[in-house]
Amino acid sequence: MIISIASGKGGTGKTTVSTNLALSIDQEVQLLDCDVEEPNAHLFLNPIIEKNEPVLAPVPQIDLEKCTFCKKCMDICRFGAIAVLKKDVLIFENLCHSCGGCFEICPEDAIIEKARSLGEIEHGKTGDISFIHGRLDIGQVMVPPIIKKVRSYSDPDAVTIIDAPPGTSCPVIAAMSKADFILLVTEPTPFGLHDLKLAVETVKILDIPHGLVINRAGLGNDDVKSYAQKEGIPILMEIPFDKKIAQIYSKGEMIVDRLPEYKKKFHILFEKIRQLVEAKGV
Amino acid sequence: MKIAVTSQGDTLESQLDPRFGRAAYIIIVDTQTLEFKALDNSTNKNSFKGAGIQAAAMISDNDAEVLLTGFCGPNAFQTLEAAGVKVANDQTGKIIDVIEKYNQGNIVFADGANKDGHW
Repeated sequence: MIISIASGKGGTGKTTVSTNLALSIDQEVQLLDCDVEEPNAHLFLNPIIEKNEPVLAPVPQIDLEKCTFCKKCMDICRFGAIAVLKKDVLIFENLCHSCGGCFEICPEDAIIEKARSLGEIEHGKTGDISFIHGRLDIGQVMVPPIIKKVRSYSDPDAVTIIDAPPGTSCPVIAAMSKADFILLVTEPTPFGLHDLKLAVETVKILDIPHGLVINRAGLGNDDVKSYAQKEGIPILMEIPFDKKIAQIYSKGEMIVDRLPEYKKKFHILFEKIRQLVEAKGV
Repeated sequence: MKIAVTSQGDTLESQLDPRFGRAAYIIIVDTQTLEFKALDNSTNKNSFKGAGIQAAAMISDNDAEVLLTGFCGPNAFQTLEAAGVKVANDQTGKIIDVIEKYNQGNIVFADGANKDGHW
């Protein structure tokens, strides 16, 4: 079962919920931190990293001996990454999205595939939890290939928890698509609600069962609850706006370790998710 | 000699367009005879990415040896340099006046981009 934890707005508590949930499930668990632009789950879970591997993407390199400067590669490139000049061809690797169009269309077989690094993936263990995260190289912008690579290690026999990036753009879709359940974490503030609505619209398009965790409950107002009720989105858990929790978080500690009653609460959250997923399956 | 000038309109009376890659038109003009053609740059103007690179390739295709514009980014500059096109940034005013200024030798060529790349 794949549970993707998303939010719309950043800083609502995706990592807090992902990591504490991972520690509260009494079966095989994987945590995939897919917020590859700023992974942070490792700061809380302190995994022992066992191996790492690069994430590479193909980019074109032109064989000027074979090139006839016909411009077909330049014309097919939607990202303007190729400039065919009279006697030279320039490739702007940072604009290339590795779609492969230029390789396919070149009639002279003059384009050689070269690899460039987008980022890396690290695998490790924290207790019994299998931990994987991706990390985008500085200066790179192509996030989805890294997320897809992290997700390629998803174990169908385990409960896979995905810590998704914020927002609603391509990286988020890459972290949510084909999940069995999307857990949206929000806060009861106007900002939280605004971005939650965007996230809900996205989840509806993906047509994946979803539910809500309200973090910092007690702050702000009840608009998030009214919205959830109107939309028929179940509120599966509320985490109060509590100084103790903020202190635990700020030290990089786990709520379920320091406030043991939360282990049960997160376990109940997992059971509710499981029931919703099974109900959908029927 | 042919030069390229970024333009908001399609005549020599038009105002120079300060943007290079996303200029409305690129006017290719013969500095001696003032014969010109206005290239519609709308494809590059509306392109998703790499507008400057593609506009630079277009200028090279049209045999211009010099580009007069307002701002030129790093990717465009690199492409123009590879194509052997000299660039003069920070130009303003009517196209005909900018060409006159060029003919009088009152133009300084750039040795690099004067604008950061777009993300």
